[in-house]
Amino acid sequence: MSDEKSREPAPQDPVVRDHGNLKLGRRHFLQLVGMTSAASGLGLPAAAYAAAGALHVAGAGQATPDGDDTVTVNLKINGQPRTLRVDPRTTLLDALREQLALTGTKKGCDHGQCGACTVHVNGRRVNACLSLLAMHEGDEVTTVEGLGRPGALHPVQQAFLDHDGYQCGYCTSGQIMSAAALLKEPCGPADADVKEAMSGNICRCGAYSNILAAIQQVRKAQGGA
Amino acid sequence: MEPFAFSRAGSADDAIRAGAGASTAQQGAEVRFVAGGTTLLDLMKLDVERPRRVVDINHLPLDRVESLPDGGLKIGALVRNADLAHHPAVRRDYAVLSQALLAGASAQLRNMASTGGNLLQRTRCVYFRDAGAPCNKREPGSGCSAIHGFNRTMAILGTSEHCIATHPSDMSVALAALEARVAIQGVHGERSVPIGEFFLLPGDTPQHENVLAPGDLVTHVILPPPRKGARSHYLKLRDRASYEFALASAAVVLAVEDGRIAHARVALGGVGTRPWRSPEAEQALLGKPANGETFAAAAAAALRQARPQSQNGFKVELARRCLSHALTTVAAA
Repeated sequence: MSDEKSREPAPQDPVVRDHGNLKLGRRHFLQLVGMTSAASGLGLPAAAYAAAGALHVAGAGQATPDGDDTVTVNLKINGQPRTLRVDPRTTLLDALREQLALTGTKKGCDHGQCGACTVHVNGRRVNACLSLLAMHEGDEVTTVEGLGRPGALHPVQQAFLDHDGYQCGYCTSGQIMSAAALLKEPCGPADADVKEAMSGNICRCGAYSNILAAIQQVRKAQGGA
Repeated sequence: MEPFAFSRAGSADDAIRAGAGASTAQQGAEVRFVAGGTTLLDLMKLDVERPRRVVDINHLPLDRVESLPDGGLKIGALVRNADLAHHPAVRRDYAVLSQALLAGASAQLRNMASTGGNLLQRTRCVYFRDAGAPCNKREPGSGCSAIHGFNRTMAILGTSEHCIATHPSDMSVALAALEARVAIQGVHGERSVPIGEFFLLPGDTPQHENVLAPGDLVTHVILPPPRKGARSHYLKLRDRASYEFALASAAVVLAVEDGRIAHARVALGGVGTRPWRSPEAEQALLGKPANGETFAAAAAAALRQARPQSQNGFKVELARRCLSHALTTVAAA
């Protein structure tokens, strides 16, 4: 890995980009991440973040609202006012997980196809992966950490416990955030209506029937189904 | 994702000025407006979109649905898909639009995606989305990987030897049947373009998807007044029941008077390189009795020009049945 030759992007590497003086291919990037990770003992996401930061310094230079390569965002997260200064590329999802350590929100596909990253923005459910943090100036964001707390669970959280609405748990926070928002949306009473309204949250373990039962329990208790 | 400079537009003029600095508003645009971000961020992560500047237009006052004096509707470009689908006037007078919106994406994405962004969403062609594959739409002149590759989901109408990518929008198919207009503000002032002229056929320039020039900002979608006595419907057929793009879809607006069809507007989705209005089907319907025979003839007329690829021949029959079923449903309503 310290061999200079091995750090050159391979000619067949399909992802080779020129960032000023720094040429970076997929192989080189992974090596860089590996080295940073090994040296610092950091987990992969933090190391990847650091590498992306190095990349950014080499590549950008246009004016942003800060007049440099960062953007400052003021918003409320789980009721707390926050000011974050980030690379403009930072998604709401990455800011929550990597900067604020709110790791209850999960990264699944990172392309809006799985729903694992579902959070509420101004009370509405959205995919945090397809939104730049910089687009949320003044917004109020709620993550699963802000929905309920031990001893005072949100009814949807309690219902997921009651009905065993999960197996591995990776999609669960997204499912819960989606279901909590669904309670305030136009949605018919039938199971089929709930399935349609929850189709943006994928569960590869297949806990769908229990998730459905959990949601219907809450809706019945609230007179919505 | 490539580095970019980020700014927030305080006014439409701000956005237009920033956009006018780009060499194109089509594929390869150096400046992109962001509203919901659901298409743009997705494609930036794939290096398909690589803007040097992203302008946030979410604070512009384009988030209202207004009734027009003539009975039509003026929809702000920033109205979210979920809000438009559930708007009382849309549900009452333009059911096909509400149904098309609710048939698209997921609840989360509909909360984010804007009216203007939905018009401008990009194809789901797997080769367009793969920055390592030849694609004339993404890299003009590099070739079309789909014609001899995986083309099961590709278009059968409006294709060229350079591109067979399907237009993915449900909303735009409903807007085509409703004869909407797209209001645009640009460096030379305001104009409005009929939706039928807004989208371009791929021809030998598939990288040009619509009439937008650098600086152009879609500000509204204008719906004409609903036709008296007409009913409308959207039917979407896909590989799974929800959260999937159309293999074939049909948007129909139909008025039947004394058993005969007095007004017909038809558009197809999932089969065209742009939202596919079918004057052939409309011609076959007008003045005819509203029955199965008429509907089958109209469906056949709509697909007469279809040119299927190696894997999507099934779409011809699927689209015929889809249109026929949609017409039967709306006539029986």
